[in-house]
Amino acid sequence: MTDTPLLKVNDVSKFYGSRIGCRNVSFELWPGEVLAIVGESGSGKTTLLSCLSTRLMPSSGIVEYHMRDGQYRDLARMGEAERRFLMRTDWGFVHQNPADGLRMTVSAGANVGERLMAVGDRHYGNIRATAADWLARVEIDEDRIDDQPRAFSGGMRQRLQIARNLVTSPRLVFMDEPTGGLDVSVQARLLDLVRGLVHDLGLSAIIVTHDLAVARLLSHRMMVMKDGLVIEQGLTDRVLDDPREPYTQLLVSSILQV
Amino acid sequence: MPTPLVVSEVFKSFTMHLRDGITLPVVSGVSFSVKKGECVVLGGPSGVGKSSILKMLYGNYAVDSGQILIEHQGHLVDLAHAAPRAVMEVRRDTLGYVSQFLRAVPRVSALDVVAEPLLARGVAQAEARERASDLLAKLNLPRELWQLPPATFSGGEQQRVNIARGFITDHAILLLDEPTASLDAVNRRVVVGMIAAKKAEGVALLGIFHDEEVRDAVADRILDVSAFSPRKAAA
Amino acid sequence: MADLATYNFAYLDEQTKRMIRRAILKAISIPGYQVPFASREMPMPYGWGTGGVQVTAAILGPNDVLKVIDQGADDTTNAVSIRAFFQKVANVAVTTKTREATIIQTRHRIPEETLSAGQTLVYQVPIPEPLRFLEPRETETRKMHALEEYGLMHVKLYEDIARNGHIATTYAYPVKVEGRYVMDPSPTPKFDNPKMHRSEALQLFGAGREKRIYAVPPYTDVVSLDFEDHPFEIQHFDKPCALCGAEHVYLDEVVLDDKGGRMFVCSDTDHCEDRREHGHAGEMLARQEAAE
Repeated sequence: MTDTPLLKVNDVSKFYGSRIGCRNVSFELWPGEVLAIVGESGSGKTTLLSCLSTRLMPSSGIVEYHMRDGQYRDLARMGEAERRFLMRTDWGFVHQNPADGLRMTVSAGANVGERLMAVGDRHYGNIRATAADWLARVEIDEDRIDDQPRAFSGGMRQRLQIARNLVTSPRLVFMDEPTGGLDVSVQARLLDLVRGLVHDLGLSAIIVTHDLAVARLLSHRMMVMKDGLVIEQGLTDRVLDDPREPYTQLLVSSILQV
Repeated sequence: MPTPLVVSEVFKSFTMHLRDGITLPVVSGVSFSVKKGECVVLGGPSGVGKSSILKMLYGNYAVDSGQILIEHQGHLVDLAHAAPRAVMEVRRDTLGYVSQFLRAVPRVSALDVVAEPLLARGVAQAEARERASDLLAKLNLPRELWQLPPATFSGGEQQRVNIARGFITDHAILLLDEPTASLDAVNRRVVVGMIAAKKAEGVALLGIFHDEEVRDAVADRILDVSAFSPRKAAA
Repeated sequence: MADLATYNFAYLDEQTKRMIRRAILKAISIPGYQVPFASREMPMPYGWGTGGVQVTAAILGPNDVLKVIDQGADDTTNAVSIRAFFQKVANVAVTTKTREATIIQTRHRIPEETLSAGQTLVYQVPIPEPLRFLEPRETETRKMHALEEYGLMHVKLYEDIARNGHIATTYAYPVKVEGRYVMDPSPTPKFDNPKMHRSEALQLFGAGREKRIYAVPPYTDVVSLDFEDHPFEIQHFDKPCALCGAEHVYLDEVVLDDKGGRMFVCSDTDHCEDRREHGHAGEMLARQEAAE
């Protein structure tokens, strides 16, 4: 196991005027680790995810990323060109609504191939072969490679979005409610797929979800947020089996048993 | 003789915030150790905290105070206070756990469920599957089930998958939570044999066994958990 | 000259011309970069070359010789009316001969005859943004240009090959200018793209409705985008021009009757006439002469 965290988050806060988005969040994410951020809507989990992924500038605090060259970089001080490059090579972002993360009017193959072309891949045959390989890995039939995601079901779109993000072998993937809005059976398939990919590729991931079952299945570690604060964190098994805080106990006791 | 697991003065209670914050004491002053090649069985009436002790040892329950010292790769780790990452590492390399119930993952075959701990430790897939096959065969799980996800298996079949998964690695410490509860006599004997083999390899085992026959066959020592009952301590 | 009194020379007032010239100078300084400018209402509808007309008006001098072509022809409506416009408002000399012209305003073609130093080619551009059909947000496309994020342009070419087996884009084929900006060469056929590369002439592009001017200075690298395994190719025609017998030129299809009769002739009318004057004859012309 490596001894350097991939992401170092130090005292990050985000205020919207006088309203609190998230406050004084600190943690480290290690290579290969999957962190779930749970909490109900408005708890600040999506704000925190945006601050970590540079989609929002934190009001205060520092987020540092361990670059491939071994240096730590303060994300807020990085130039936009470099930051965008990082986002489409070493990072992935899986949106809740696949339409936000896909180009709906270009083919599945081009959706997957775009990142490759963005980093300078100029061989059509290779790009297509890589795209086909990735479609297979996310269980999309190869004969759908030239279809547009408009013609795909919700679950297929979400899987396509994942393939599009993973094609450049990122080291860190952010996911915002990746299974939200999907049927339960489709959810199970997606979760299993994500779990397998994270494991096989040794990805680090930060997953925002309100679904504790998702957190249990995918994450090693959990942070519970309420009113912008992290109120409890720890090993996922521990937080779910032995919740300490009143709010966490309420969350855990609210899970429907089948 | 080396002692890979030492539990010292562990206290545990639950605070039920949804029930006006009442505090339920679970165990207090838990202290014991398990040596290499030894199988210690937790005894005492049900509800006395046997399962809770195993869960604390595996990191699923937090402890209020005390130490849980594990010998991990040549140094001691206090699991009672270790960071999640350290707990994950100890679980991967040193501390195994066979729970009462299998937490089935959708769509993963029984064979891969069993092979997974080896893959996590970097063993090649072909080798991991081969060793998983050996174990499943030994536990008499019908071969036609190996490629199926265990979610729809019977209790006994699931438990055998669970046991195979727990026994496949060479973890130095193994926690067993009623691994034979839903097995027939033949398979119980297989498990007893497997536990004996682990002991011979020098693995430290700590378990809960309600089946007296199994308990007598595997236990080197029975630890009465009633001794750690908070009610008794208060008395 | 009596007509001129009612207009400033070349229609636009001097302040407007200065504004446009500043945009042109900036465009020349940053080859391929789209410079915004305050496009004016012109006495013709959008789509009739208002961008090109404003650029021409801003650079036109009394000694210039103007040629205007539309789809390669000097005698189509658009070409005729723009030529007449500048004759009326600037009283400049006009020509149909490519080599005599100092300024050539064009829609959809680059003349077949190689342009030389001192000549300026003014393109009429409908949609200047090459990334527009894939990325509708102007804020985003500007950022992509600024950060040189051009992966999306290849997505378009990828889609072409995926759908048609080859790059089916035949006009407005994207190019990279001087190794930096990706540029839409206006809806000229890709046949003309190689003519832009290291041309001796100055090339200016005006988009009136979209309010953008961009430029390719003389001797600038203009490279058509492609894939290693699907390299850029220009169109090839099976037959030579039916009138002048020219090969390796861009041909238009002309329907002759309602019985399926057709011929392929030079789209560049000046080039075709020039060849015929020099005694070249294609299949159709030879047949006509034989009939006479």
